[in-house]
Amino acid sequence: MANTGTKRTFRHREVGLTDDEAVQMYATMLMARRYDERALLLQRAGKINFHISGIGQEAAQVAAAFALDRENDWFLPYYRDYGFVLAVGMTLRELMLSLFAKEEDPNSAGRQMPGHFGCKRLRIVTGSSPVTTQVPHAVGIAYALKLKRQPYVSFVTFGEGSSNQGDFHEGCNFAGVHKLPVIFMCENNQYAISVPISRQVAGRICDRAVGYGFPGVRVDGNDPLEVYKVVKEARERAVAGEGPTLIEAVMYRLSPHSTSDNDLAYRSKEEVEEHRAKDGLPRYRQYLIDCGLWNEELDRSLDANIRQMLDEATEYADKAPYPSPESIMHHVYAGDAEGGR
Amino acid sequence: MAVMHYIDAIRLAMEEEMTRDEDVFVLGEDVGYKGGVFTTTKGLLEKFGPERVLDTPLAESVIAGAAIGAAMYGLKPIAEMQYADFIFPATNQIISEAAKIRYRSASDWTCPVVIRAPIGGGVFGGLYHSQSVESVFFGTPGLKIVAPYTAYDAKGLLKAAVRDPDPVLYFEHKKCYRLVSGEVPEDDYIVPIGKANVLREGDDITVIGYSLPLHFAMQAAEDLEAEGISSHILDLRTLQPLDKEAILEAVRRTGKVLIVHEDNKTGGVGAEVAAIIAEELLYELDAPIMRLCGPDVPAMPIHAPGEKHFMLNREKLRDAMRQLALY
Repeated sequence: MANTGTKRTFRHREVGLTDDEAVQMYATMLMARRYDERALLLQRAGKINFHISGIGQEAAQVAAAFALDRENDWFLPYYRDYGFVLAVGMTLRELMLSLFAKEEDPNSAGRQMPGHFGCKRLRIVTGSSPVTTQVPHAVGIAYALKLKRQPYVSFVTFGEGSSNQGDFHEGCNFAGVHKLPVIFMCENNQYAISVPISRQVAGRICDRAVGYGFPGVRVDGNDPLEVYKVVKEARERAVAGEGPTLIEAVMYRLSPHSTSDNDLAYRSKEEVEEHRAKDGLPRYRQYLIDCGLWNEELDRSLDANIRQMLDEATEYADKAPYPSPESIMHHVYAGDAEGGR
Repeated sequence: MAVMHYIDAIRLAMEEEMTRDEDVFVLGEDVGYKGGVFTTTKGLLEKFGPERVLDTPLAESVIAGAAIGAAMYGLKPIAEMQYADFIFPATNQIISEAAKIRYRSASDWTCPVVIRAPIGGGVFGGLYHSQSVESVFFGTPGLKIVAPYTAYDAKGLLKAAVRDPDPVLYFEHKKCYRLVSGEVPEDDYIVPIGKANVLREGDDITVIGYSLPLHFAMQAAEDLEAEGISSHILDLRTLQPLDKEAILEAVRRTGKVLIVHEDNKTGGVGAEVAAIIAEELLYELDAPIMRLCGPDVPAMPIHAPGEKHFMLNREKLRDAMRQLALY
């Protein structure tokens, strides 16, 4: 299906993506978007209690994952990274089990809020709600990789609000001093709940890397091919022993902070609509169509496929059993849950 | 069997564990080339190299946080807080992360980290080099907390902590480093976490405590022996989980109990020990439960009269123990 005969140069090939990978990236972005929309719908319908959305951030998330070694690197995503975790192997059913807080949820066995990812099988490191605590963990994992002479990296994401936390600065400094194989990616979606970037950070987030002695790169988070390129370069630097990279992917949070947030209390509909027009997902679809790799028919069929998977995942998770009440006593210390999980 | 200081026993435990298992490594401020501000890690860098005896930037949250990350990877880090007083920037990492990693992932992920921190006063350390911080972490499920008093336990508990599959806070008393010494086997042994130890058998009163104050309790017990008072002394060794059975057994033996610790009285470990005794044994007691603890002030001052007034000592223990015996 690739337009191999043409003389046009395709940007995705220039950055090192095959045609298949370029299409796969789109399919994963769309899957994340549809999952997110379904979760919002389920919350509004009263089927689940809470959802925290990543709509508008999928392009950068998926592109970053594709630039990593998805079989061996270590991942510390933050709570909006549905696109990222889908790209590294989490399934829609697993996300739904987490959304419904069911026992079979691999992230936390139904214990944590949705969006609090964790799955050892996929090297997705368990995360929490106090923001940015994952940054020192990524640094410690990178130190372990270096100590064990492993040619892999740890990759950690966080929001721009999180870049104010001490753990961000302590982690960056430690990683810079020891030239650790870690990639810090800030998903700058312009808002920390209601507080805009202008009242969070006076300078540029990417510039903060200068103080820690490693490169900081700002990239258009709505352009997945650019994100892919900078993450890939950061990974090459990391495995070559050249140390960390801070990437600031600039994007926009199209959804309210969570299902408990009314975003029109602090921003206008016009502002949101202005950014919706820059959404990376339809832009990337158009790119693939322009390359001759995609068309409306394929899109309809992909969408139908995802819808069916979502229906099945939703039904499965809805019907899946809750953990037993008594199970809250388990997993405090080793050996306190008979038979484990 | 070698007689060695408490601090040498701690160092020997790290050296043995690092020799036994190459996944064990030490990190903290000044632990490498300097060998620690108290010399606790002296000689380890020469033996194991700077990658496994890592001088970190001066930033406690990332010392704990990076150790937690490495532990989740599968290594066995021993992170040092230079003084327990400086552990507070790492509290979020310890309480929100280390304590909950197993629980929040239903044991998919685990966090076998050890965090060592010197507690206590008596060294003219003033407010911020003398604190006892146990009660801040005590009552946080998911953490284990140990606080050795003897040199034997200092080695055995640290080795047990390194091998434990869950996060362990190891509180060593800096005044014990060279005040306390004892026989320490140079072979491989551990002291199990969660087990208290009877230091001295007696029939008139029971003293329950941990760390440095037990040194004074042992001295006072000798003094009181001459007066015909026989003291039974229990070293908790592990603060979390408390050895409930050993506590009850020690109290049952005499029916009179004094609980001692240097940490301040209100909300201290002793309050929980007293509650356990009250819940289980109230009608077997021959005297009200008694506590002798640090005063409820923010921390101890550096001036000598003030520090002396804050700290427990042989005389304070003797007076309290005699008072209990005569009740």
